[in-house]
Amino acid sequence: MSMPTTTIAEDPAAPRRSNAVLAGLRAVFLRVGVLPFFLVATLIAFSLVSKEFLALQNLTNVARQSVYLILVSLGQMLALVTGGFDLSVGTAIALTSVVSALAMVSLSHLLPPDMLWLAIVLGCCAGLAAALVIGSVNGLGVAVFGVSPFIMTLGVQSVGAGIALFLTGGVPVSGMPYEFGDMLGFGRVFDIPVPVLVAVVAATTIWLVMNRTRLGKHIQAVGGNVKAARLSGVNTTKVLFIAYALCALLASVAGLLLTARVGSGETNLGGTIALESIAACVIAGVSLHGGIGRVENVVLGGFFIVLLQNGMNIAQIGSYMQMVLLGSLLVLAVILDQVRYRLLVGER
Amino acid sequence: MSSVAAPLVEMSGISKEFPGVKALSGVHLKVERGEVHVLFGENGAGKSTLISILSGVFRPTAGAISIDGDEVSFHSVHDAAKAGIGTVFQEFSLVPTLPVFENLYLGRELMRGPLTDRRAMLAGARKLFAELDFDIDVVRPASSLSRAQQQMVEIAKAFLSNARVLILDEPTASLTERETERLFGFIAKAAASGVGIIYISHRIQEFQKIADRISILRDGRLIATVPARGTSERELIELMTGRAVDQVYPKIAHRADGPVVMTLRGIRTAGVHGADIEVRAGEVLGCAGLVGSGKSRIWRAAMGLQPLQAGKVTLKGRDVTGAATRALLKDGVFFLPSDRKSEGLQMTASARGNIELSLLDRADVAGSLGFVRPRRSRALTDAIGDKVGIAKGAMDRSVSKLSGGNQQKVLFGKGFGDDRDVYIFDEPTVGVDMGTRMALYQLIKDIAESGKAVVMISSDLPEVMNLSHRLLVFAKGRIAAELSGSAITEENVLKHFFAETEGAA
Repeated sequence: MSMPTTTIAEDPAAPRRSNAVLAGLRAVFLRVGVLPFFLVATLIAFSLVSKEFLALQNLTNVARQSVYLILVSLGQMLALVTGGFDLSVGTAIALTSVVSALAMVSLSHLLPPDMLWLAIVLGCCAGLAAALVIGSVNGLGVAVFGVSPFIMTLGVQSVGAGIALFLTGGVPVSGMPYEFGDMLGFGRVFDIPVPVLVAVVAATTIWLVMNRTRLGKHIQAVGGNVKAARLSGVNTTKVLFIAYALCALLASVAGLLLTARVGSGETNLGGTIALESIAACVIAGVSLHGGIGRVENVVLGGFFIVLLQNGMNIAQIGSYMQMVLLGSLLVLAVILDQVRYRLLVGER
Repeated sequence: MSSVAAPLVEMSGISKEFPGVKALSGVHLKVERGEVHVLFGENGAGKSTLISILSGVFRPTAGAISIDGDEVSFHSVHDAAKAGIGTVFQEFSLVPTLPVFENLYLGRELMRGPLTDRRAMLAGARKLFAELDFDIDVVRPASSLSRAQQQMVEIAKAFLSNARVLILDEPTASLTERETERLFGFIAKAAASGVGIIYISHRIQEFQKIADRISILRDGRLIATVPARGTSERELIELMTGRAVDQVYPKIAHRADGPVVMTLRGIRTAGVHGADIEVRAGEVLGCAGLVGSGKSRIWRAAMGLQPLQAGKVTLKGRDVTGAATRALLKDGVFFLPSDRKSEGLQMTASARGNIELSLLDRADVAGSLGFVRPRRSRALTDAIGDKVGIAKGAMDRSVSKLSGGNQQKVLFGKGFGDDRDVYIFDEPTVGVDMGTRMALYQLIKDIAESGKAVVMISSDLPEVMNLSHRLLVFAKGRIAAELSGSAITEENVLKHFFAETEGAA
């Protein structure tokens, strides 16, 4: 168990140097988690497979594609840091997509053409509101009634998906205003794609919340030890509720961006995102035990998952096999999280 | 057999290191056949580690164990049990939903072919209980038994595997006087039949009744092994603490006419059947009693940590009955929970982070929008760290890596973030070393002398007796006695510990 923690500056003895390297790796693992190791392994593996992989063009592409997962992962992180998780993020996306599309389509028929922007804004608000309902129901169940996050969000996931399908009959909602997709889906500001800007703003906000506000510290405290938080005067019910509400809202923002991208309201937009966002967070060192998680790492974690998928596509790994690999990676990350938590807390 | 010269158990040079902590160093312990050997020492002195090693829970870092002169090495509790070592831990290991006899045979079920032999186990259990003279129906579920009965089942479990050494870890902690007498009777009988008994207890007054020899541990070392007869209680306390009694506990000045700041009237809650308490400024109010006497639960109920069935709580003249814990905390009550790991601290957060959490309601730390001022927070947490005596370098370390003493200082530090009027300390010095203990007593003295009200709930009798101005003795969910000043004597306190009904004894 005992490892030297100081690095040896000038010692030619090879075994001691390798000890220092090991100690350094251990320190990185304890601080950040498995992400750096996975990232390096992925970069090496896929750059061996294909030269395209490391090309700037491909990497910016990955960055743009990863925006949606990053947004959802930021929300997922909030739920994870409180010691729970949210399996209903996919539903929040689907419902956002369907509700905002339906609202926009009907409003754009009702309102005069020069008020199209109003229809778009109101449609977005309707989508966000729908997701907020999802988040509030989750929050109510987990925070007020003490239902386990697993069962609560699993149930809500089914309810939300059912409602989305019921509203559309399973058919995509088409006829959305062209301007909506043009702006949120493909628009650029200062030559930066709008979705990327949105993600940057969201990540910065969540970073501020988690590191610089009372709410952020309370979220960490609730996940670290809920009893101790209560005895420190934290309103744990309120904090849990807010965490699930924010999680759904962030998923909803991703839902709006995706809807703008595909140009129609779809019920199947967030199919695999619950698993992917949890994987992104856990790989990024957010502990399933709660209380631990860093925003900047989660952003990188989301990027990593999309990079991995991109690499697998380039390496022509079939989508079925990709599911196998992604699931295995999540389980491996969780096992390593367990090891890391034990080292951190020093359980014996 | 009995002519063999080797002692029944001999532990020699036992050391145990945990990451970062040396729990035991070079401890020798000899237990003879038929001997009742008491292990005595403070929390954290190493008693539990020592018996955990003998019972196979931990393996020693160094040292040897011999049974009947043969060296043994235990890899598990199962190994130790096979060698005849039976342990009754403080935490019982009964499955509440299973009947007594199934608990007895759990993990070593009698089989008939591929199936368990229920009839044989039932008969075996009945026979064993008859031999031990325990009057318990073996088909009752364990959850329906009293604590004393559960303990009997644990003891029976030890004897089912023919224990020749019986280790009892604070067996009387939650027993009534009558149950304690029965247990002592049983111990005497078992010892007479040649079983060696290792008995851990804090109750000095019990030793004269049952012990042959007493081994005193302090800071992981064996200080002395003395005969029980002819060693005074004062000598034992001084061996345990390593200091003269008067040196450990500071004299706290008493403001006799302090105003009443908090009152509890007719409090009823699980484990408390009606009690009235007045808390006065400038006074240390002690609460003593057995585990389960209600001394802690009455305060937990008043703090909103467990449901209040009846009664009224006032704070500074206002009715705060049923208020949320966080409202009471904001109104100037500090509550230090007895279990710092499960209720007190964010174990993965830093010492600073833990203390900071109690500062976030201050307007100068987090403004109206909730933005925290890092520099202000840092200055305040540093000042608190200084005050409670946490080393500078420890402030930014995860509290899970700190010693028990430093963890307790962090917990105390959470009380100094804001102005408070009432400080409720539930077991303020549990599991901390002597140095920290004295530092914490000094903090309590400062708080009380600055005119605040202090409530000290403690199972450590010398501690509550020496520091309290007024002492409430709890028994069976009621206040059995209120003692003050020179009336606070061990004899007086113990007399009321076992009060069967109100007004008795």
